[in-house]
Formats: sequence, structure tokens, C-alpha cells
Amino acid sequence: MSVLLKCENLVKQYGNLTALNGINLSLESGKIVGLLGPNGSGKTTFIKMVNGLLSPTAGSITINGNHPGTETKKQVAYLPDNSYLNSWMSVRQIVEFFTDFYDDFRPDLAYAMFSQLDIPPERKLKTLSKGNKEKVCLILVMSRNAKLYILDEPIAGVDPAARDYVISTIINNYNPDATVVISTHLIADIEQILDEVIFIKNGNIVLKQTVDEIREEHGKSVDELFREVFKW
Amino acid sequence: MEWVLNKNKPICPQLCEQLCLRIADGTFKPNERLLSVREVALSAGVNPNTVQRSFEELEHQGILYSVRGSGWYVSENTHLATAAFERLLAEKTEAFFSEMQVLGLSGEAVKKYVEEWNL
Repeated sequence: MSVLLKCENLVKQYGNLTALNGINLSLESGKIVGLLGPNGSGKTTFIKMVNGLLSPTAGSITINGNHPGTETKKQVAYLPDNSYLNSWMSVRQIVEFFTDFYDDFRPDLAYAMFSQLDIPPERKLKTLSKGNKEKVCLILVMSRNAKLYILDEPIAGVDPAARDYVISTIINNYNPDATVVISTHLIADIEQILDEVIFIKNGNIVLKQTVDEIREEHGKSVDELFREVFKW
Repeated sequence: MEWVLNKNKPICPQLCEQLCLRIADGTFKPNERLLSVREVALSAGVNPNTVQRSFEELEHQGILYSVRGSGWYVSENTHLATAAFERLLAEKTEAFFSEMQVLGLSGEAVKKYVEEWNL
């Protein structure tokens, strides 16, 4: 198993506010990892730096040995916490857009998943419900053949039945060579599919452990441990 | 198949236990092909790596065997699964009795509770 993502002493400051406070982390390939922390703990800041949308104040990030940039964007499939797609486009136009944009995009897979959900490719994005829009975004991201998938709050806006859909989509498209990082605060819904979790608090990593170790050591679910660690 | 999983305990041994139960009670027959790792992961809603680990653990114990490119099969040594399941039952029973002992109940008193217990 090789190291896919490596952070060394990663710091991000916004003015005099410290969002990430010297993070050291390495993630191997072939894992489903939960990035868990309360609101404002630094999850999205971290994710944006991995995707090259923010640059670190100090320290470094490498993905397969490269700093975030054109080369890493070919290998990283990113689901942002809010939609960035043009709402006047139809589902088919967006698929074509993605096919042009990413060498590793598999349109057949995306269409198969849309038809499973009864989303006609001719529908314009703005005519879809919020939940369906989020599912379209997830399908687009999971239809790439990436090395690293980063999903920022993939289940926040959808109903419990749709959460099951999201979870089975992640399992179904899981590839043993790739790593999936899921950021969320809805732990109970997602903890069963995780290999390991990273707890992040006030810009620091307070815990990185496999979920079965947590259950063994503490005799409680990840959700319960989270509530304990982040008690206020 | 239905999976009953407790989130407060490691998932991997729970999957092993339930597979052993299904083999011991004859739901899964010797040389029967099991669902793929991905299918089990989907039906139980758990991580595919965890399912893989459970299958490997049972293979190590001689309860399952794998065929390259084909999948996972139930071994002919189903008595191993039965033995593993009986060990589990013995452990659970012992845990129950020692808990009752901690609560200060004598063997006789526990017997009474067990007899009055309607399934």
C-alpha cells in the first residue's frame, strides 16, 4: 500500500485567524476515510487546499508526490460542498462537458446511474429538485476513474432514503486502488462504510484511527466517540 | 440475506459470526458460491475492505475458500463453522452468567429467570 496523500506541517491562516494549525497526515490508497469535525473545524479549508483552490500559509501537501496543480487534478475527483454547475445546462450537456474535461470520465457509467434514478438526460439542471441535483453531482464525480475522491458533505442535503443511495453509490464505485475521503458531521449515517476516521478540531487532528479499532478500544460507535471528543 | 450489525462493536467479527451461523444452520451449503465482496458490502451497508477481511479471516480458519477470478466458496469442512459458532455461544453464555454473578444472583436464581423467560 502506497502513500497517496501526504501533508507536512500544513498551516492555513486567514489574516490572524488560524484555520489549520500544522497538520501532519498521510493517507494510503485503498481506503474509505471519514474526515469528521464540527462546523468551523477546518475540514473544508483542508479539502480546498488538497484541490489547489487555496494555497497553504506554510507546510506542504503532495498527492502521489505532486503538489496540487494540473497533474493532481487529473487524479483527484472533487465534490464541493455547493454546486458549481451551470443550472441552464441539461444533464447530457454536463456529461459532455465532463467528458471533454476529464480523460478518466466514463459517460456510460454516468448514464447508467442516471437511468437508475429516472433522471432523463434532457432535463435541465435547474428543473431538478435539490436532492436530485446533489445526486447528479455525486454521480459525475464517482463516474471518474480517479485515484482520490474527495466528497465534501455528500449527504448533508438529502433525505435518509437518498443517503442510502449515496452510500451504495460510493460502495458500488469503490475501487481498491483509490481512496475516498468523505467529510461530514452526519457520522451515524456513514460510519459503517468507513475504514478509518480523522477527527479534526480547531485546526488540529485529534485522532486518526481505524473504525474497528475505535469500536474495540472504546466499546462504542464512532458517532458516540465523536460526541464525547467534541463535547462542549 | 439480512445482516444485523451492532455499531458499537467491530464490524469484521460480526460478519464472521453471521456467516458461520448461516453455514452451521445449513443456509449456505458446502461448495456453494457466496455473494461477491461488493454485493455483501452493499447488502450490509458496510465497507468492502471489512467484508474482504472477514472472508480472509474465515479462509484462514478453513471455513471458506477462494477461487481466483471466481469468488468465495463455502468449504466442505462445515463442522469448523459449527465449532466456531458453538464457541461463540459458549462465550456469550459465560458472559451472561458472569454478569448475573456480579449482580449477586446465585445459579438457582439465574435458572429461575431463564425458565420464566418467554421467547
